[in-house]
Amino acid sequence: MSSTAQMDRPVDADAPKRRWAGLNIRAENLASGVVLVGLVIVLSVVSPAFLSFSNFLDIARVVAITGVIAAGMTLVIITAGIDLSVGSTVGLVGAVTASLVAGSASNSPFVTDFKLPVSLAVLVGLAVGSAIGFLNGLIITKTRIEPFMATLGTMIFVRGLVYLFTGGYPIHFDPMPHDFAFIGQGAVLGIPTPVWLFAIVVAALWWASRRMSVGRAIYAIGGNPEAARLSGLKVDRTKIFVYTLLGFLAGLAGIILTSRLASADTVNGQGYELIAISGVVIGGTSLGGGRGSVIGSLIGVFTVGVIQNALNLFGASTQVQYVVTGLVLLLAISLDGIARLRRRT
Amino acid sequence: MVASSTPQPLLRMEGITKSYGSVQVLHGVELSVGRGEVLGLLGENGAGKSTLLNILNGVIQRDTGSIVIDGSPVEFTGPKQAQEAGLAFIHQELSVLPYLSVAENVFLNRLPRRKGAPWLVDWAACYRQAGEILERLAVKIHPRTLVGSLGTAEQELVEIAKALSMNARIITMDEPTASLTESEIERLFTLMRALKADGVSVIYVSHRLDEVAEICDRATILRDGKIVNTVDAQTTDSHALATMMVGRELSELFPKTEHERGRETLRVSNLSTVKVDDVSFTAHAGEVLGIAGLVGSGRTELVRAVFGADPITSGEVFVNGEAVTLDSPGTAIRHGIGLVPEDRKLQGAVLSMTNAHNITLAGLSKVSRWGQLDRGGEKQAAKRLIQDLQVTPSRIEQETGRLSGGNQQKVVLAKWLFAGSDILIVDEPTRGVDVGARAAIHGLLNDLAGQGTTIIMISSDLPEVMGMSDRILVMHEGRIAGELPRKDFSEEAIVMYASGLEPTTEGAKA
Repeated sequence: MSSTAQMDRPVDADAPKRRWAGLNIRAENLASGVVLVGLVIVLSVVSPAFLSFSNFLDIARVVAITGVIAAGMTLVIITAGIDLSVGSTVGLVGAVTASLVAGSASNSPFVTDFKLPVSLAVLVGLAVGSAIGFLNGLIITKTRIEPFMATLGTMIFVRGLVYLFTGGYPIHFDPMPHDFAFIGQGAVLGIPTPVWLFAIVVAALWWASRRMSVGRAIYAIGGNPEAARLSGLKVDRTKIFVYTLLGFLAGLAGIILTSRLASADTVNGQGYELIAISGVVIGGTSLGGGRGSVIGSLIGVFTVGVIQNALNLFGASTQVQYVVTGLVLLLAISLDGIARLRRRT
Repeated sequence: MVASSTPQPLLRMEGITKSYGSVQVLHGVELSVGRGEVLGLLGENGAGKSTLLNILNGVIQRDTGSIVIDGSPVEFTGPKQAQEAGLAFIHQELSVLPYLSVAENVFLNRLPRRKGAPWLVDWAACYRQAGEILERLAVKIHPRTLVGSLGTAEQELVEIAKALSMNARIITMDEPTASLTESEIERLFTLMRALKADGVSVIYVSHRLDEVAEICDRATILRDGKIVNTVDAQTTDSHALATMMVGRELSELFPKTEHERGRETLRVSNLSTVKVDDVSFTAHAGEVLGIAGLVGSGRTELVRAVFGADPITSGEVFVNGEAVTLDSPGTAIRHGIGLVPEDRKLQGAVLSMTNAHNITLAGLSKVSRWGQLDRGGEKQAAKRLIQDLQVTPSRIEQETGRLSGGNQQKVVLAKWLFAGSDILIVDEPTRGVDVGARAAIHGLLNDLAGQGTTIIMISSDLPEVMGMSDRILVMHEGRIAGELPRKDFSEEAIVMYASGLEPTTEGAKA
């Protein structure tokens, strides 16, 4: 009886409070967009160099690589998971793909004369990325290890593989095949190829998350895994799918990066996991799972990109850039934490 | 009230009232416990026992009334004050810390300090004192043992040791035997008798009526927030206690509609799991099959196993004569089974999603083709169900987490209506639900049965399960202890079966 009474009471007493909570949540979703627009306006006024088409394209090109990861990371975080291994995957896929593309050379014994056509080399690279993601999904679902710990493990493991594979030497191209250069350095209709790829990835993932049943399952699993399971959803299979998809996208980012830099270095992709996670969280996706959107992450990664671009324009050092990006991430995570606390009470 | 044997009781609670909003849950409750007395506190789920005990132990505050200990009135603003006044509360879910030693658990927060160096723990004294307390309890556990390596019964003893180390004079035990075996219960009772002899008083909550006669001196029976009676536990038989606990007429809240019982839809044969022991039963189209029994008797575990949510150790389930592999809820759903789980928030609804999305969750294939959602069709279906079930607020985009408990439950029911379940299992469907929604849910279940759906309803609320069901299975310790056809329904019979006893002939025939 006492529990009945406790359930009854809030229906009337807390109604105004709940309307406020509603406003707050909508404000959270809006917040990142407003911040981005505000930043753009302020920077345009302060720095004439900021407000130019070429600068915007530049931002977009920089953002595209981590943005592809952030789009996939969004789905993982909506399932209440996280993946720290994506930066290492970027490095390994970049190195493996580079080693298979004609013209690549390195002191590493693994970079041989065995070469594949560019399209096949890219496919091999994407398969390696997907395999790492699949492994993450398998570990997380079958051993019930926290995603944070499991992917911390694969992050170190895969980075170790990068060092083994490259022997510590960068892989160069002499020369880089035109087809491969197109992925990171080319443009279509004046828009850089990476930006096109980023746009396609965001559109596809937005569609999958909002218009397909697999997307519904992703939100349900993150919101309440037990209710999702008792509604007949395949929880483990869906989780493995999102981690595999993210591995695939991290691989794609690794290939774009390698093409753009015209080299595969052992440290390629290091720290990308944090930039991607920052973008996702700034975009309003909750680390608690069940809430968020791919479009929000698009805004989030652009916010991070604009801040970094502005710091560059003002000549800020890398050290300062780290500090600022870290502060922005802390701010976003704190806001998410507070919003979750408020929903609970 | 029977006069207490001691002239001045150690504890006296008088005129205790408590309301939540407009609902009064305690109406001027009186209770007294003598020194060295074991008082049984009996009542159905929801009778107000927990509220009363929480007030006594300072967890919540009373509205009116007084608490007198040893002749002087006390006022607790929190559990800590209650502890200092000599009260200890041992909950059904134990609150020991598994990775600490027995001694550390006993002296948690009050570890003995070294003389002259109060920032250092005096471990020698800590283990010695813990050992002394355990010895006093005649418990053979080494104080350095990790609590996590002990069994449930031993962990409970550690809790009691902790209570004694704080010089507790009145120990409240909330269903301490719920997860104990026969021999462990015996051991606990031996210990309780030793406590009695030491002058420690115990308030003992249990649903097992046979235990009350064994260990309690007196028993106070609480019903609907009022004291029904306080009786001598030694001379009052279980049957009389059961009658006092339930003692009310069936309310007219349950408009049972008679309909034809159809063909057999579900057959469960020799099903066993960790918590269910060789259970067989059948259910039929258009039938409401009630499952009664105490919390922890295996009711929920039984239906979860039938639904494929928990692994089984042996047994089979047939739906419409066809054997079903119990590997996942998805399989059960494809065979037309639906489950409204007992915990709406943790298992029933995805609170962060909208009503529409929750409603279609178990039947996504009905609103999708090649994985593409038909959002128009989804909205239409959700809107219709929300209207039919009168969910308020009725917006389909409303987040389900913002609805009241009753409306959330309607959304969960709508989910199974949308999925088209022919066999609907509902586990405590109206727990935490307001009166209006409760009537609506009962009406809906009746309508569904009228349309030929098989309803299996678990409920701890006896009037509900008796009002709604055509037939009742009563579970006790993982087994079906008794089956009652509608003409033989009586609260006494259910309570007796649920307590592991045979009902007397005046109650009902098995």
